Amino acid sequence: MPLNITDPIEGSFQLIGGNFAQAGEASTQLKIKLSALGVDELLIRRAAIATFEAEMNVIIYAAAGWLNYHITPNCITIRVEDMGPGIEDIEKAMQEGYSTAPEWVRELGWGAGMGLPNMKKNSDTFKIDSVVGEGTTVEMVINFP
Amino acid sequence: MKLKELVEALSLEAKTYKDGLQKEVTGAYASDLLSDVMANAKDGNIWITLQTHLNIVAVASLKGVIGIIIVGGRKIPEDVLKKAEEEKITVMTTSLHAFELAGRIYQLLNPNYS
Repeated sequence: MPLNITDPIEGSFQLIGGNFAQAGEASTQLKIKLSALGVDELLIRRAAIATFEAEMNVIIYAAAGWLNYHITPNCITIRVEDMGPGIEDIEKAMQEGYSTAPEWVRELGWGAGMGLPNMKKNSDTFKIDSVVGEGTTVEMVINFP
Repeated sequence: MKLKELVEALSLEAKTYKDGLQKEVTGAYASDLLSDVMANAKDGNIWITLQTHLNIVAVASLKGVIGIIIVGGRKIPEDVLKKAEEEKITVMTTSLHAFELAGRIYQLLNPNYS
């Protein structure tokens, strides 16, 4: 199926901190959207994983956040901005296995220190900015070949 | 191997989406870390875990995992079963623990491995 994208497509989801029941909704919706646009399955999967992990981070750590996506014929950009505690040491946070998640979150099988690395692995471009006490912004781009 | 054959061979109890039993199992993945499953489970896999909360359904659905086997005889909350039915994920239970179940599934899927 050829890529059915002419004009840029945009959308956004609001994410609420602590709302674990909502987890995966944004990524599922995005997956459906990309599928309808004829995007390659492997790229959809990468976008879905990156988005799901980003959703989880907002739900686990922040009070709230926004997930915005922008789809062009060349790529999808996913930007997640949260009102959260911010990350003190981004370099450390990017290391696989490092997590500051509380025990009860780990018991759910989250907080294994794989979220940010998973996001980076599944994106072609990955940017993260964080201000302690204000929040974190992650921008991920996945290119369409 | 069809999921149905696996369910019968191991006396698993299928709790949701029984139509899924006709699907072909491509392999299995055992983990209780959801990000690990997101990173490593493959399309058509079944997932062995002790996690029983709502997020397992979303992870399975996103990854194309066809079924989740909950080990150790754990009870699954009603909202999780309902969501799994909606998302067409076959949730199964067993009294076996993860190690034992994974070993048996490995044998069934790789009959020539000794």
